[in-house]
Amino acid sequence: MQYVTGIDDHRTSTGLDNRKLLMWAFLGSDVMFFGTLIGTHLIYRNRSLSGPQEEILSIPITTVSTFVLLMSSLAMVLALAAIQRGNMGGFRFWTVVVAVFGSIFIGFQMFEFAEFAHLGLTPRTNLFGSTFLVMTGFHGAHVTVGILWMWSLVFASFKGKIHQGNALQVEIAGLYWHFVDIVWIVIFGVVYLIGAYGAENRALESVEHAARAASLI
Amino acid sequence: MAANIGILRRPVSTAGVWGWITTVDHKRIGILYGVTAFVFFLIGGIEALLMRVQLAQPDSEFVDAGTFNALFTMHGTTMVFMVVMPAGAAFFNFLVPLMIGARDVAFPRLNALSYWLFLFGAILMNFSFFKAAFPDVGWFGYAPLTTTPYTLSSSTDYWVLGLQVMGIGTTAAGFNFVITILNLRAPGMTLMRMPLFTWMTLIVSFLIIFAFPPLTIALTLLLFDRFFGTNFFDTVGAGADPLLWQHLFWIFGHPEVYILILPAMGIVSDILPTFSRKPLFGYTTVVFAGAVIAFLGFGVWAHHMFTTGLGAWATAAFAGATMAIGVPTGVKIFNWLATLWGGSLQFKTPLLFALGFISMFMLGGLSGVMHAAVPVDTQQQDTYFIVAHFHYVLFGGSIFGLTAGIYYWFPKMTGRMLSERLGKVHFWVMLIGFNMAFMPMHVLGVLGMPRRIYTYSADQNWAGLNLFVSVGAFVIAVSILLLIINVLRSVRKGEKAGMNPWAASTLEWAIPSPPPHYNFAVIPTVRSLHPLWDEEANAVEPPPLPAHGEPHMPSPSYWPIVVAFGVTMVCGGLLIWQASTWLGLAVIAVSGFIGMRGVYGWVFEPVAAEEHAEHAEHPERAPAHHA
Ligand code: HEM
Ligand SMILES: [Cu+2]
Repeated sequence: MQYVTGIDDHRTSTGLDNRKLLMWAFLGSDVMFFGTLIGTHLIYRNRSLSGPQEEILSIPITTVSTFVLLMSSLAMVLALAAIQRGNMGGFRFWTVVVAVFGSIFIGFQMFEFAEFAHLGLTPRTNLFGSTFLVMTGFHGAHVTVGILWMWSLVFASFKGKIHQGNALQVEIAGLYWHFVDIVWIVIFGVVYLIGAYGAENRALESVEHAARAASLI
Repeated sequence: MAANIGILRRPVSTAGVWGWITTVDHKRIGILYGVTAFVFFLIGGIEALLMRVQLAQPDSEFVDAGTFNALFTMHGTTMVFMVVMPAGAAFFNFLVPLMIGARDVAFPRLNALSYWLFLFGAILMNFSFFKAAFPDVGWFGYAPLTTTPYTLSSSTDYWVLGLQVMGIGTTAAGFNFVITILNLRAPGMTLMRMPLFTWMTLIVSFLIIFAFPPLTIALTLLLFDRFFGTNFFDTVGAGADPLLWQHLFWIFGHPEVYILILPAMGIVSDILPTFSRKPLFGYTTVVFAGAVIAFLGFGVWAHHMFTTGLGAWATAAFAGATMAIGVPTGVKIFNWLATLWGGSLQFKTPLLFALGFISMFMLGGLSGVMHAAVPVDTQQQDTYFIVAHFHYVLFGGSIFGLTAGIYYWFPKMTGRMLSERLGKVHFWVMLIGFNMAFMPMHVLGVLGMPRRIYTYSADQNWAGLNLFVSVGAFVIAVSILLLIINVLRSVRKGEKAGMNPWAASTLEWAIPSPPPHYNFAVIPTVRSLHPLWDEEANAVEPPPLPAHGEPHMPSPSYWPIVVAFGVTMVCGGLLIWQASTWLGLAVIAVSGFIGMRGVYGWVFEPVAAEEHAEHAEHPERAPAHHA
C-alpha cells in the first residue's frame, strides 16, 4: 500500500455528488412507501361494506388537475435549464410557476376532499375512504413539501445562495418534483382510471341486470 | 457566512459531555450506539430472566399472565430494535469509514440524527412503563389485536410511536451508509476490494431503505386507526382484512432478519482470514451470496403465515422460495469452512466466537429449513420449537457474531486489548449456557409447549426441561457479567494494542489505535483486497501528517439532537393529546416548531465553526459533504 499526499477530498468514487445520490436513494425508498399505500388500496378495492366508493371519483376534474401537475414538471425542466445557463430571471419565473401549479393541484385536491366529505366520504366512512384519502393525502403532503422547497429556492436565490454555480441544488429539487409527479400518474392510472372504469362497468351490469329482471316480469 | 447561524452557535469543543452530545464524528457515534445497545441488552436480558424464573416451575405465580405478555413483548422488541440493530450500527459507524479509507461518513450530522432518533424512540417506548403499562402485543404487534377495541391502554401507542421514531433514524442511517460506501472510497478501493464487513453493511443499508417503508406505512395506518378512527384494520365494523397487517409487517419482517444477521456474517468473514492467516475462500462468492440472500429475502415473507390459509399455490411458492434462500446461506457456510481448512489457525477469542457463530447459526439455519416445509411448520408454528429456532439464529448467530466483533475490534476502538484468558472463559460459559437454554426448547416445542404461555401445569411433563432451560439462561447471564468485567478492566489496564495487534489485512489496522479524529493522516491508495498483507512493509508506520497540518473535519453541531427531540416530542404530544386535547396540541405545536427550527438551523449552518472561518469560506473543500 502506498500513501499519497494532497489527495483531493472532494472527489467521490462514483463521480456523482453525494446529495444527488442521496436523493436517488430516497426516491427508491419512497417507491416502497407509495407502493405499500397503493397496494393496500388495491387490495381493499370493492371491499367496503357501505358508503360511497370509486363511483364518486371524477375523471374530468382530475384530468385537469393531473394536466396542471404535468405542466409543472415542464416548468421545472425550464427552471433548471435557465439556472444552468445563468439566467436567474428565467429560473425564478419558472420556479414560481412550478410552485403555483403545484398549489393549484393542491387546491383541486382540497376541493375533491371537501366534495367527498359532502357526499359522505371521510377516512372513517369505509375501507375506500381510509385507503384512498390516506394515499392521496400522503401524495398531497409530498407536493406541499415540494412547493415549500420551490419557494425556498426562489428566496435563497435572492440572497445569492442559489446561483449558476450550485444549480445542482435545483437539479435535486427537480428530481424530487418529477418523481412526485410520476407517482401521481401512477395513482391517476391505477386508482382513478381503472377504478372508475370498474365502477362504471359495475353500474352498467346492475342496470342490465335490472333490465333483464324487469323483462322477465 | 460563518457569523450568523441563529441562536445556537456552531460548537467547536469536542470535550466533555457536550462534546458527545454535539459530536458528528462517526467513531464517537459508533461508540454511543454500542454502549446504548449494550445497556438495552441488559434490560432485555433482565426481561428474559424474569420470564425464565416464571417458567422454571409449573403453576408458578412469580408474574401474572399480563405481565408475562408485557415481558415477552418488550424483550423481543428490545432485542431486535434496540440491541441487535444498533449494535450493528455501532460497527457500521466505527468501522466502515476506516475500512474504505474515508475521513467520515457522507453526511455526518445526519448520522448523529440517526443515533438520537434511535435513542429517543427507545426511551419513548420504554417510557410507557411509567405512564400506562409495557406494551403487551408481541414484538410483531398483530392488528387487529393492536387496534383500540382490543388494547385498551395506551401502551400500544407507545409501541407504535417509539418504533416509528426509531425507524426514521434507522432509515436515515441506511441512506447514509449507502452513499458513504458508494461514494467515499479511497483511490483504488474498488467495490471488489472492499472488506466483507463493508459489503454486508452496504447490503444491509439497501435492505433498510427498501424494507422499512412498509413497516412505517403499516405503523402509520395503525396509528390512524387508533387515533383518528380510520378502518384499515377494523375487521368487524368495516370488513378489513385480518391478514393485511401480517403481510405488511412480514414484508418488512423477513428482510429485517437479514438486517439482523448480515452484519454478523460480515464480521465473521473478516475475522476468519485474520486468524487462519489466509484470504477468505471465494470472496466473490460470499459477496454474491450476500446479495442474493438480500434479494430473495423480499420474496419469502409469507413463510411466517403458512398457517393462515393463504391457499395451496401461494403457500407452495413461498415454501419453495424459502428453501431456495437456504442455498446462498449454505454457500457462505462452506466458504467459511474452506477458509479455515488448511489455515494456520490461531485460537484467539475472536476466532472462538466466530466459530461459535458458524456452528450455532448453522443449527438455527437447519431448523429454519425444517419449517420451510409447510406440513412440518404447521406442527411447529407457535411452539417452543420456533422460539428455539430464532434464538439459534439471533443469539447463536447475531449475538455470537457481534461478540466476536467486540473482541476483534475493541483494541482498535480503545487502544487496549481485552483479556484473552477472561475472553476464553466468557466464550465457553456463553456457549454452554446458550445451548443449555435453547437446545431443550426444540424438544419442548415438539412435546407441544406453546410459545407465549405464562405457565403450564405439572402433569404436562414440561417441568424438568423448563427448569434446565432457566438454569441455562442464568449461565448466559454469568457469561455477560464476565464480558462486562473484561471490558471495564481492559479499558483502564488492558495491554496496549498498537496499530495492528492481530496482523490483519484491512485498512482500519493501518492507523493508530484508537484512530485520530481525522482517521487517516493521508488518504491511502489501495492496490488489493488485502492491503496490509500484500505490502506489509509499508504498513508499519502511518505516514506523518502532511505539512499543512491536520485535515479539517466538520465541527460538532447541536442541530441533530434538537431535530430528534422535536420529532420525538411531536409523538409525545400525540400521546398527551389522548388524555388532554389542548395540552397535547400545545406540545405538538411547540415541538413541531423546535423541530422545524432545527431543520432550518441545520440547513444554514456552515460546515465549520468561526474558528475555522478561513475554511468555512470554502465549504466545497470540506472533507465530507454536509447534510
Ligand atoms: C439471555 C438470553 C435470552 C433468553 C433467556 C431469552 C428468552 C426468551 C423467552 C423466554 C422468550 C418468550 C418465549 C415465549 O414465551 O413465547 C423469548 C422471546 C423472544 N426473544 Fe429471547 N431470549 C434471550 C435472548 C434473545 C436475543 C439475543 C434475541 C434477539 C436478538 C431475542 C429475541 C427474541 C424474540 C424476537 C422473541 C419473541 C417475542 C415475542 O414473542 O413477541 N432473545 N426469549
Ligand atoms: Cu422470515
